[in-house]
Amino acid sequence: MPKIIIAQNKCKGCELCILTCPKKNIRLSQKMNKKGFHYIEIIDPDKCNACGLCFQVCPDVAIEIWK
Amino acid sequence: MTTKRLMKGNEALGEGAIQAGCGAYFGYPITPQNELTEYMSRRMLEENRVFIQSESELAAINMVFGASVAGARAMTSSSSPGVSLKQEGLSYMAGCELPGLVVNVQRGGPGLGNISGSQADYFQAVKGGGHGDYHLIVLTPGSVQELYEMPALAFSLSEKYRTPAMILTDGILAQMQEPMEAVKIDTTRDENRDWILDGCKGRAPRKIRSLLMEEGALEAHNRHLQDKYNLIKTQEQRYQLINEQAEIMLVAYGISARVCYTAIQEANKKGAKLGLLRPLTVWPFPEKILQELALKVKAFLVVELNAGQMVEDVKLAVNGKTPVHFYGRAGGACVTPGEILKEIEKI
Amino acid sequence: MKKLFSKPESLTDTDHKYCPGCGHGIVHRLVAEVIDELGIREKTIGIAPVGCAVFAYDYWNFDVTEASHGRPPAVATGIKRFLPDRVVFTYQGDGDLAAIGMAETIHAANRGENITVIFINNAIYGMTTGQMAPTSLLGMKTTTSPFGRDPKLAGYPIRVGELLSTLEGTTFLARCAVDSAKHVLDAKKAIKKAFEVQLAGKGYSMVEILSQCPPNWKKSVPESLEYVRKEMMSYFPLGVIKDKTKA
Repeated sequence: MPKIIIAQNKCKGCELCILTCPKKNIRLSQKMNKKGFHYIEIIDPDKCNACGLCFQVCPDVAIEIWK
Repeated sequence: MTTKRLMKGNEALGEGAIQAGCGAYFGYPITPQNELTEYMSRRMLEENRVFIQSESELAAINMVFGASVAGARAMTSSSSPGVSLKQEGLSYMAGCELPGLVVNVQRGGPGLGNISGSQADYFQAVKGGGHGDYHLIVLTPGSVQELYEMPALAFSLSEKYRTPAMILTDGILAQMQEPMEAVKIDTTRDENRDWILDGCKGRAPRKIRSLLMEEGALEAHNRHLQDKYNLIKTQEQRYQLINEQAEIMLVAYGISARVCYTAIQEANKKGAKLGLLRPLTVWPFPEKILQELALKVKAFLVVELNAGQMVEDVKLAVNGKTPVHFYGRAGGACVTPGEILKEIEKI
Repeated sequence: MKKLFSKPESLTDTDHKYCPGCGHGIVHRLVAEVIDELGIREKTIGIAPVGCAVFAYDYWNFDVTEASHGRPPAVATGIKRFLPDRVVFTYQGDGDLAAIGMAETIHAANRGENITVIFINNAIYGMTTGQMAPTSLLGMKTTTSPFGRDPKLAGYPIRVGELLSTLEGTTFLARCAVDSAKHVLDAKKAIKKAFEVQLAGKGYSMVEILSQCPPNWKKSVPESLEYVRKEMMSYFPLGVIKDKTKA
């Protein structure tokens, strides 16, 4: 299972990763970060195959992926 | 041992810059400074240094900016309309605290004006010229010999204080041929250039910027710049004084000082006590000596090839203690010794 | 466990000031990744423009200087000619590169300066909040073309890559986008190629990147991606525009 680290305070909730994820496995959190954005969260870590497409489109380098 | 040779002002200036270690020159054609760009196009390549004929004066000053960022003794030259175009770049260089040399071979203005020698860009040169609170160090050579020697001083002061310098000359001096001596030029450089960008190998990355948006940051930067300018004012006022005991003191720089020499010789033949204060720096302005002279002389006569610019700085320095008169001709016209002597009679 | 995807060394940890969904951050990362992969971080000098990317020097972890509006190619020329063994690149928006700085752009390209230009084309002035750019599409509503860009008033959007392709001095010119992961990966390849051209001493390289500007386009992020794909790409086709290294 890959490890996805989301820098919650870097995320601006632009949803580019949500639109990109081939598994539709990312959503916006109900919570807000210190900048006032709803940040992203992984819906089901088990479903992620660490393809990294979310990382590729993230303008804020808020996603780090380990496997 | 050096021997005297006949050299044109523009070319002497170019050779002086080369001897001073100018590593990069960028220029754009404009009369009456073309011989300088032409001279550099040949000599810089011979010396295996950087020469580019730029697409504009804007490009040239920004190439100077870049070469200076990279650590070069960088230089550009132009004449009045072209120097106007360089003002934005000079403001950025002052803001970023970059050294560099700009030569203004002044011609008549405003607008396209004409191509005769002039001193009408004095305000632009000494009051900043571009946007923001800043000054250039402005040197004013008065002969072909000084055109040869002053680039070294300009580079050295510019690097010492990390601020752009200007050699403010004119179309007459630059076009004039005079015997000059290719004296040895001191090329010593301050080796501590811990601000240049040459790749961050073995050190933290550096940034060169004048944009300071954080609360109070720009004001603090301006205070720092003003402290530096005040230091330059106390340390670097340069001038030549002729006939210190004179009753009437002429004040003139560059080509108008040359005309004043003749006027003084003629006046002294007739027994009049005429002297000359010739600023070698017009920023910093030699106000200390003016304040001293103000207590000794009866009057000052400021002679310029413009409608009256440096006279304002003389008045500021003298501060009402002594009458300050002005004689000048604008639009590329030149004063004559006879005209100066006539003005003296009026005082 | 192995780190598969993370911040490249050539990026600092500073948070970007860009608006949500803006393409600048993606391109900053691509440039940083390429510089890391080529092992040139310690000999690279970047030039930040005036425009949204004005703070780029805060985001890159190598030497960076500012330049006045439009003049990065001249500043790059000054640096590169004096230090020819360093890697020098400019990062410019459409106003900086194609309006106020077009003369410097064309002449640096024409001299075949051995520099790399990263050109962000989002068809609008972002930093100044949405005025018409030289690359604004016909009919595009901006704060200074409130009725849509009218060619009778404002001429036509400039295809910079095609314009520069006619100059003998240019070596590699490409147009990419960052609207999708696939295009982001294509853009990275082009940026890498551009830097490789410079490293090989082969001359001027420029990568134009179509980028979305959701807030100034007054569009949501998905709508702005659609605009890039449908409107921008049909006027500004993606692909390699010129590659003299293949000739």
